[in-house]
Amino acid sequence: MTAVTDLHEGNGHSGPLTKADFQSDQETRWCPGCGDYAVLAAVQQFMPELGIPPERIVFITGIGCAGRFAYYMDTYGMHGIHGRAPAIATGLATAREDLSVWIVSGDGDALAIGGNHLIHALRRNVPVKILLMNNEIYGLTKGQASPTSVVGQVTKSTPFGVADQPFNPLALAIGAEATFVARTLDRDRHHMTDVLRAAAAHEGAALIEIYQNCPVFNDGTFFALTEKETRDANQIRLEAGRPIRFGSGGERGVMMDSGGRLRIVDVAEVGEGALLVHDPGRGDPGLAFALAKLSADVSGPTPIGVFRDVERAVFGRGSAAAGGAASEDQLAELLLGGSTWTVS
Amino acid sequence: MSKVVEERERVIIRFAGDSGDGMQLAGSRFTDATAVLGNDLATLPNLPAEIRAPAGTLAGVSAFQIHFASRDILTPGDVPDVLVAMNPAALRANFGELSRGATIIVNEDAFTKRNLEKAGYGDVNPLDDGSLSEFRVHRIPMTTLTTRAVESVEDASTRDAGRAKNLFALGVISWLYGRPTEVIERWITGKFGERPAVAKANLAAFNAGWSFGETTELLSVQYRVAPATDMAPGTYRNITGTTALTLGLLAASVRSRVPMLFASYPITPASEILHELSRRGRHGISTVQAEDEIAAAGIALGASFGGRIGVTATSGPGMDLKAETIGLAVMLELPLVVIDVQRAGPSTGMPTKTEQSDLLLALYGRHGESPLPVIAPSTPGDCFDAAFEAVSLAIRYRTPVILLSDGFLATSSEPWRVPSVADLPAIDPNFAVAPEGEEGWQFEPYSRDERLVRPWAIPGTPGLAHRIGGLEKSDRTGHISYDPKNHARMTELRAAKIAGIADELPPLRVDGDSDASVLVLGWGSSYGAILGGARRVRLRGEKVAIAHLRHLNPLPANIGDVLRSFDRVVVPELNSGQLAQLLRARFLVDVESFTKIEGQPLWAPEVERLILGDVEQAATSTNGGGAR
Repeated sequence: MTAVTDLHEGNGHSGPLTKADFQSDQETRWCPGCGDYAVLAAVQQFMPELGIPPERIVFITGIGCAGRFAYYMDTYGMHGIHGRAPAIATGLATAREDLSVWIVSGDGDALAIGGNHLIHALRRNVPVKILLMNNEIYGLTKGQASPTSVVGQVTKSTPFGVADQPFNPLALAIGAEATFVARTLDRDRHHMTDVLRAAAAHEGAALIEIYQNCPVFNDGTFFALTEKETRDANQIRLEAGRPIRFGSGGERGVMMDSGGRLRIVDVAEVGEGALLVHDPGRGDPGLAFALAKLSADVSGPTPIGVFRDVERAVFGRGSAAAGGAASEDQLAELLLGGSTWTVS
Repeated sequence: MSKVVEERERVIIRFAGDSGDGMQLAGSRFTDATAVLGNDLATLPNLPAEIRAPAGTLAGVSAFQIHFASRDILTPGDVPDVLVAMNPAALRANFGELSRGATIIVNEDAFTKRNLEKAGYGDVNPLDDGSLSEFRVHRIPMTTLTTRAVESVEDASTRDAGRAKNLFALGVISWLYGRPTEVIERWITGKFGERPAVAKANLAAFNAGWSFGETTELLSVQYRVAPATDMAPGTYRNITGTTALTLGLLAASVRSRVPMLFASYPITPASEILHELSRRGRHGISTVQAEDEIAAAGIALGASFGGRIGVTATSGPGMDLKAETIGLAVMLELPLVVIDVQRAGPSTGMPTKTEQSDLLLALYGRHGESPLPVIAPSTPGDCFDAAFEAVSLAIRYRTPVILLSDGFLATSSEPWRVPSVADLPAIDPNFAVAPEGEEGWQFEPYSRDERLVRPWAIPGTPGLAHRIGGLEKSDRTGHISYDPKNHARMTELRAAKIAGIADELPPLRVDGDSDASVLVLGWGSSYGAILGGARRVRLRGEKVAIAHLRHLNPLPANIGDVLRSFDRVVVPELNSGQLAQLLRARFLVDVESFTKIEGQPLWAPEVERLILGDVEQAATSTNGGGAR
């Protein structure tokens, strides 16, 4: 890691980087109580840990409430167009290996209009970190159903309830050959920071789904997981190398039954030895997929943490665009091509 | 046996056969030999849309045309002097375009009952029914003669013999026009070096074809086309529009010292650009085959944000999809080069056929006020200069640039004088850096220089961290702004920046007779046909002036004066009159529109008839061109 005092080069500051170094001068304009504030604060707080000067960090966003994120980070940033942030970031990350590239997106941006770019960025393993703020609703356009809205959910565009099956973002990502897949909560700064740290350490594409409360159009959706009274009973915290247990006293757990299905069980009944030991580094994505699909909806026990973290070749490494232009001699040779003739 | 040698100034040969017959190969090899001989030339392939249409059918006919001459030529030619037809379908598909007296060389062996039926001749053999009596027909049993020649080659299979008949045909034609054999022989040896039996079989077929020409009494005359003498001194190569375009991009990368990222999604006829650039990894160019057209544009734009040259290429349908990203690039004021190799539309249209129907799309096909430079190359070799200029404008004006090529330019070829690298202008990317030691200095990403160009401040540059996006910017600071007056000002600034490019453009040049009453004004790939048409008119003793637009936006500053200085202005285009409509709207000049929407290039005789007023279509054009 570069010495921290060097990280301010050209900024006229000195001393180690702090959260303030990542706060832009723009006034944040999300609705009061929006989960995005907490995510922004956690990211700004975490950034100094990267040990990368702000000018080598880039935030690319799409359209939606989350799209504004780029304006609030005092790094380089681009607020792009709807759904295309992964494409734009792919170009940037391929052309510039020296940058740390982050994408901030939402469930509409990433999973509806930008679904194609998301899955291809994941399968290619483009070196980008994707924060997918999932609030299961369209906020900026004022309350239509999103691809993660649950069946039966009444929204402005579905007055009789959502009829179509929602995406499970993590299962989708795992199906798209993602090498890093995690889930965290807007209201748990500590957990979110741990996940951000793991994602930053990952070499390729990292997808972090953040359950994010929309206080205006979908308030309380994730409260079973985030609020003091219910969270212990419902947060299944995945920790590498540890049996998967949850509940205030760790009295419940996850095991695989003889049919290969994951089940939530009472530890007292099955014994700790029967519980599944979490291994995000497992090559076969089957268990990570099963964990992603463990909860049918977020009002009950739901896993959070790093589901999958495996190594694979990173897209664009050593690309020509990240190097230098060709030489004039090389050009002269190419211009001549194969057979030539001379007119004198 | 000595044969008569006749001089010819120019010859047009069309090689036609089934798509499996290797006609593109035969044509390309003939082109190489012709180039080395020093003839001027132009070529055009005509491929079926299907990769493997049913053998022997009209749909499966593949053709390659070459026009070569001892003096400058302008197009691959319209009507062939010689048709090589490897089967009945090839004859039937091309016969209608031949003039009386043309030479037809057929592979007689392929005129079987079954092939005649498949070609739609029924049980009548056109070789025998007198329908070709007005042509010089040479019936050569090419399959038999090729098989006989290859029989003697050790280890060569019957299959090798079957596949070598294109080289037999090439041998015959090479003899007929006195092409140097060593160029073709060297190519065969190099191509099949690892398969000696195949190399020998092909050489045997080629030489047998040559010897057949030399000895048969069927061919009594050999033709000579002298090397061209009116070409400027220099080193030449034969080049297609696609190759020239990729080299132009590469040259701009070298002369700007900025690496390039090229992203595209496969689409006919633009895919060849991706193929050629994919081999240039050692030359500062990365390629990404994107998941879709939208991503290709986004990837290129992301690279541009990172201080690289982002380039994407596509054809019409892809342009529709890229529009939103191009609009973003207009707003961001970042370099981006978008190449549109136009093809016949709308929708999937005719993917392998050429058209110039994306002009208004390029100019206006985005929401909001989003002007950008649009330039169009005029010949295959000119694709080099146009691509170089597109990159240069994109970098120096921080703007997306649309380069309008087309299927005809991309696939046709001509001799190209290889430029010297030192003669290519340097392009200064002028990346922004923070001033040193200025306390309290604030970077303003939307400040502008005297040409209204904003700084290109790339990530990684200390002190310049900033955010940009598709939302309207406040003048200078680049902060989000909904201020009404600011939006008006920014709209004007973006437009004025692009309009200002006209200051550096050369004036529109008028060639030909300055005292003519008629001006033919074209753009893009119709250049050769217009020049050729005007030449024909002058040979008749009539006067005509011509001008050709490279820059469609901004237009050259003097174009209004040029238009108003002629009694009659004729605008031929391969669309419904898009440029004509634009000129009428902009300059209130009653230009005549000539339109051709057949998926085929414009040809010189059409332009000749047009100038002479001998064209019905021209008379109908006063209804406003493309507005129909």
